[in-house]
Amino acid sequence: MKKVMMGNHAISHGATLARVQVIAAYPITPQTQVVELLSEIVADGKLKAEFIKVESEHSAMAACIGASSAGARAFTATSAQGLALMHELLHWAAGARLPIVMADINRAMAPPWTIWTDQNDSLSQRDTGWMQFYCQSNQEVLDSVIMAYKVAEKVLMPVMIVLDAFSLSHTYEIVDLPDQALVDKYLPPFDYKYKLNVSDPHTYGGLTTPDWYMEFRVKMQEAMEQALGVIKKEAVEFEKAFGRRYDPVEPYMVEDADIVLVTSGTAASTARFAVDQMRQKGKKVGNLRMRLLRPFPFADVREHLKNAKKVIVVDRNISYGYHGIWAQEVKSALYGHSKVPVFNFIAGLGGRDIFPETFVNIVNQVKKMKRPDQELYWVEVKR
Amino acid sequence: MKPTLPLEELMSPGHLACQGCGAGIAMRTTLKALGHDTIFTFPACCWTVIDGPFPYSCLEVPLLHMAFEATAATASGIKAAMNALGKDKTTICGWAGDGGTFDIGLQALSGAAERNDDIFYFCYDNEAYMNTGIQRSGATPYGAWTTTTPVKHFKKELKKSIDDIVAAHKVPYQATASVAYPEDLYKKLLKAKDIRGFKFIHIIAPCPPGWKARPEDTVKLARLAVQTGIFPVFEVDGGKYVQTMKTPNRKPVLDYLKLQGRFKHLQESDVADIQKMVDTRYAELEKRFQGC
Amino acid sequence: MAKERKKIEFQKVDDLPPMVQSQRSMAANPTGSWRNLKPVIDLGQCIQCTICWKFCPDAAIDWVDDNPVINLDFCKGCGICAEECPKKCIAMVKEGK
Repeated sequence: MKKVMMGNHAISHGATLARVQVIAAYPITPQTQVVELLSEIVADGKLKAEFIKVESEHSAMAACIGASSAGARAFTATSAQGLALMHELLHWAAGARLPIVMADINRAMAPPWTIWTDQNDSLSQRDTGWMQFYCQSNQEVLDSVIMAYKVAEKVLMPVMIVLDAFSLSHTYEIVDLPDQALVDKYLPPFDYKYKLNVSDPHTYGGLTTPDWYMEFRVKMQEAMEQALGVIKKEAVEFEKAFGRRYDPVEPYMVEDADIVLVTSGTAASTARFAVDQMRQKGKKVGNLRMRLLRPFPFADVREHLKNAKKVIVVDRNISYGYHGIWAQEVKSALYGHSKVPVFNFIAGLGGRDIFPETFVNIVNQVKKMKRPDQELYWVEVKR
Repeated sequence: MKPTLPLEELMSPGHLACQGCGAGIAMRTTLKALGHDTIFTFPACCWTVIDGPFPYSCLEVPLLHMAFEATAATASGIKAAMNALGKDKTTICGWAGDGGTFDIGLQALSGAAERNDDIFYFCYDNEAYMNTGIQRSGATPYGAWTTTTPVKHFKKELKKSIDDIVAAHKVPYQATASVAYPEDLYKKLLKAKDIRGFKFIHIIAPCPPGWKARPEDTVKLARLAVQTGIFPVFEVDGGKYVQTMKTPNRKPVLDYLKLQGRFKHLQESDVADIQKMVDTRYAELEKRFQGC
Repeated sequence: MAKERKKIEFQKVDDLPPMVQSQRSMAANPTGSWRNLKPVIDLGQCIQCTICWKFCPDAAIDWVDDNPVINLDFCKGCGICAEECPKKCIAMVKEGK
């Protein structure tokens, strides 16, 4: 059934269709509509779930960890400061191998206070062991919540669904709400083999000496490596069930492109629009949308950038003292496989708009250079 | 004589508690009251280590170790899940030290109490951050030495009144208890088990290394704490205060203080100050016991 | 609830559960080696009040046939039982070599 809805509500509907059983969340702009709609849905009896109105994001993740450990499908959503507050427990959820799914509405970090979008909040968490799916449409957001539980419960690692503040969270788009029966067929109930169980009592997370700590970390990495294969398989299964396909990366006109833009989030759809414009002017440009940050799709990135003469990673984030984070990831994936020059442009921090012209200007700037003469290039900064 | 508590142990020996650990007695008694249909969550605290390293555990009930601040929130999450899964009879307990309750865990505790989440929250109070080596906490009493309140700067702040803080949330049941009176704790827990909503149990649990006391004195100290009025044992059931271990002729605080090296440096005037503080607080509580 | 004394040895990564999950009881760890003094109960004087049994922080006193029996595999020698015994019939004696 097709409905017009904002990104935040797509999350709420995704969680509802996924039959989450425990929701623990704390409001933060621009996430609030996620939990407000979920509250209504639970109050109306349309979703049988326990909704814990926790008193902070740290407690939200703590409650999700408790709930997931007990064998319930747990869900939360947050942004920026809230995600940062949960940081300690993001490590915990992954180390405890809990298939929690969380929506992060990418909001720029304070200070100064801001409510608009950039990706520093979620990218700062890339080492915690959470899978991260970056979405570009409300349909993708809803579908991703459902897929996330399927993948998470198979490999026992948590998943973060990431979407831009306002550009997606508050933007209304047409979303096809799949039938609950179809979703139930695709996503069976959560059956956690390691749940807290009075009939088979165990202690979880106890002190572990150097003798065994490392082996547990090996298992986490192996789970992430396995997850990449599971995600690819689920992309096919999801398409069979619902008719929509989500691969780890989304190439657009990269096969014969001289210059390939690498983008994520809503900026990727803008980039595709700009690619069309530039192609009309005869420029051989393409775009590679990054959907998966973790597990990182090394092979896909190498494959789709192998014909490019120049790669431009446009980052809506920055790691201070270094450069954009997607650029780091891409460069590292290409090292030893390709000598293509990689240019890193930082655009759109704190919600500054990224226009099709932005990409046209970036491409024109890069056309004049053989290789980058700076580690990073700032886009449209007032100087 | 018949034992006053069930014989069955839900805690094995061989755990890593220090000799004479008050927290060991507290857990042992609690498990006898709550039984097998119980799930615990611990924050970082002595019991994190006492339970034993991977792959061992000394408990016969499920336990989820969790981060320091998060005890009450974690317990709330477990409870919500158990309700969602139709297993709402299982007793869910947060079990934290004074650090994880009075200080870093206070926010989560307040949140769960305000929501009246249907969980037990136990605080075994050894009056300092003992697991990290005896640093002061909000529960450390006036006058005590700790590694962060050395003798020249002994703790001048009063022990935080956690029972009053919890009472301000108007929870359905809360109680204090002492490891010297296990039958009192046992009885309270049997009653509280059937109460729906937030239940707070504050247990004084002497710590020989942290209090610089002899290991064999643990129960004696837990008794003297009550008999001097320093740690009155009572319950607040639906807002009604009842003193369950009565202390008609309170012993002087010196009887308690002199057995602990952490108070060795106190002058007569300090002891007099402490006596006065205890008397004032006890009088305040007495009014509540009398229904005022 | 069997309190197995078995020691568990893992050999490799694949032997482990996915997360840190306990496999056996701490009853595999005999803490009796901690003590310097051990309690000796004079059963002739004992009035079977159960006080020593109930206060042991280590559950190292068993109540067998209406009598306390110190479990020397685990007793840490803290002395609480001796201190609390109303008949003072528990002596803390130095551990032999």
